[in-house]
Amino acid sequence: MNIFDPAIFPILTADGLTNGAVYALLSLALVLVFAVTRVIFVPQGEFVMFGTLTLASLQLGRVPGTLTLLLVLLAISTVLNVVEALRRGDGRSAGISGVSGVALGAGLWALTTTLAAAKAPLLVQVLLTLLLVVPLGPLLYRVVFQPLRNASVLVLLIASVALHLVLVGLGLVFFGPEGSRTPAFAEGNTVLGGVTLSNQSLLVIMVSALLMVGLYYFFDRTLTGKALRATAVNRMGARLVGIRPTAAGSLAFTVAALIGALSGLLIGPSIAVSYDTGFLIGLKGFVGAIIGGLVSYPVAALGALLVGLIESYASFSLSQWKEVIVFTLILPVLLWRSLSSKHHDEEDE
Amino acid sequence: MKRSNHFRLTLTALLAVSSLALADVRVGVIVSSTGPAASLGIPERNTVALLPQTIGGQKVIYTILDDASDTTTAVTNARKLIQENKVDLIIGTTTTPASLAMIDVAAESKTPMISLAASEGIIKPVDARRSWVFKTPQTDALMAAAIVQHMQQNKVKTVGYIGFNDAYGEGWLAELQKNAAARGIRVVATERYARTDTSVTGQVLKVLAAKPDAVLIGASGVPAVLPQKTLNDRGYGGKIYQTHGVANADFLRVGGKDVEGAILPAGPVLVADQLPDSNPMKKVGLAYVNLYEGKYGKDSVSTFGAHMWDAGLLMQKAIPVALKKAKPGTAEFREALRDALQGTRNIIGAHGIFNLSATDHLGLDARSRVMVQVVGNTWKLIK
Repeated sequence: MNIFDPAIFPILTADGLTNGAVYALLSLALVLVFAVTRVIFVPQGEFVMFGTLTLASLQLGRVPGTLTLLLVLLAISTVLNVVEALRRGDGRSAGISGVSGVALGAGLWALTTTLAAAKAPLLVQVLLTLLLVVPLGPLLYRVVFQPLRNASVLVLLIASVALHLVLVGLGLVFFGPEGSRTPAFAEGNTVLGGVTLSNQSLLVIMVSALLMVGLYYFFDRTLTGKALRATAVNRMGARLVGIRPTAAGSLAFTVAALIGALSGLLIGPSIAVSYDTGFLIGLKGFVGAIIGGLVSYPVAALGALLVGLIESYASFSLSQWKEVIVFTLILPVLLWRSLSSKHHDEEDE
Repeated sequence: MKRSNHFRLTLTALLAVSSLALADVRVGVIVSSTGPAASLGIPERNTVALLPQTIGGQKVIYTILDDASDTTTAVTNARKLIQENKVDLIIGTTTTPASLAMIDVAAESKTPMISLAASEGIIKPVDARRSWVFKTPQTDALMAAAIVQHMQQNKVKTVGYIGFNDAYGEGWLAELQKNAAARGIRVVATERYARTDTSVTGQVLKVLAAKPDAVLIGASGVPAVLPQKTLNDRGYGGKIYQTHGVANADFLRVGGKDVEGAILPAGPVLVADQLPDSNPMKKVGLAYVNLYEGKYGKDSVSTFGAHMWDAGLLMQKAIPVALKKAKPGTAEFREALRDALQGTRNIIGAHGIFNLSATDHLGLDARSRVMVQVVGNTWKLIK
């Protein structure tokens, strides 16, 4: 049967767009983090994994291991903040950091243990999942990347790979070797122009589109968003006009973690996510980000959609070569980019 | 200086004497408790804790290493166990590629090894290298034959295949094609997917286009849920077969109603409580399940750990025989242990009845598999 058969082509396209939408979200996060902090953020996929599996453990009435990681990171970053403030001789802000860190940790612990035991409704569990996963972004930035903020891109990449391995290992310890699925947010099917689509995949496409519009609004209309863009364009210039690069970095990681966790919640009902699922999903977002040259948001998003579509068509025509086809896509793009654009090296600035 | 040399000499002599005097049996275990095969490796590792601490009056020391489902690490670990820990026997490892690579290490050092991986290539043919290598899990060939036999009995004429694009999927495809050809069943579609794929819609559409009477999903663990779910979503009405790689509680937990009706071959231990009382494996299987769940909690048992248990049973039979011939820690003991393993007859294990010989280092027959169906989100023995 031909791939362009009218009974098959629309289904494959819809399927490709659904996966592509998730890849697109991840590619946006990768571009954002790289533009602002020069970190090629390999562990982006791990936020996806933590998103799904945290919700899955809450569903089982268990306290997710994510809480432990969050509290440990919170403790380390609080100590770092207090020590830094004391070095500056600023006893008052040291006190504030210490007390707020402890209060935040205690609050999160109490909230999670109560809600996990109570088997709260799905929506509450989703919000709690976001509350547990999203702070991992800024905390990881504070603990891992902020102390390295003046290091070269290579050192940052090495730290990023190391962090990826640590997070995958922790995923295995927290959630066990086998994967989990989360309940569907939307059951049933919708018929659109003769094609049957599951409501779940419509939801994925809609939420992704909304999130992208939201990001556009954030970067284009709000002061914080503009500050982030300014840092991405010129770090030194942004600093001169009073934007703190560490605050920008922290914010970029928060957005990345939010995008990752939401993607995890979106794909959780359709596939079984296990502790090592995140990497490949993140990698496909990365191919999109590379197509966008790690600078352009719209091109990255389109590139990621293209990855999703090609993956879907390839899985029909040549399933044993699917991964080869998807990742070979990166070669002509790199070739074209290196021939067409002037080489710009961040290190030379 | 002289004094310290003297001291060292004395110490070395002392150590040498003490290790001779102790002469404990040393067993090295390599399993994949992290990495892609972790869902198999973890129950195997857990089972080691249930194995006896003394065999034939000798203390047994177990050293467990993780190979992270990686071939190179498995080989390094095997060398480490042999050179540093001076083991008399290696049990492991979980995966086929790593077990194949470990054959050379076992043969070189003349150390018996009991693999926990599926492929027939690990023990066949028994040549000079493989004369040191044994294994306990049923081969894919044995399991595939059971599936195809069931297909034939249920008048399946054409079959579609969706499997992993790795050694597991390829191995199953080869066995399916071989067995299907022998029984006059046509394989009309063969599709692959990766265990981390977020969608298999394309593959499923292609299989459906070929209109097969049945579909075999050549995958292990919870990633095997996705093709069956997609087949259901697309309204497939034929039989869906899974492999024994899905036989654990997580598959049922994650699959839920999406895996209802799946038919698969499995070791008898999976449905030990449903076996007729006349079946000798019922008692052994139930004993293992109770022991494991007593330590690790209800519904924690899987068939994979039982392969380690069976390896333990072979070892308990062979070590006392070898102890009569030589002292642990010597080349003679390892050779005696190999010969003893090779001569093991009628060991009733959790997965089957082992009758080993110089030409068969597995020793399982058709009694080591049963056909099982998922009914009401639990395993049901097909009689």
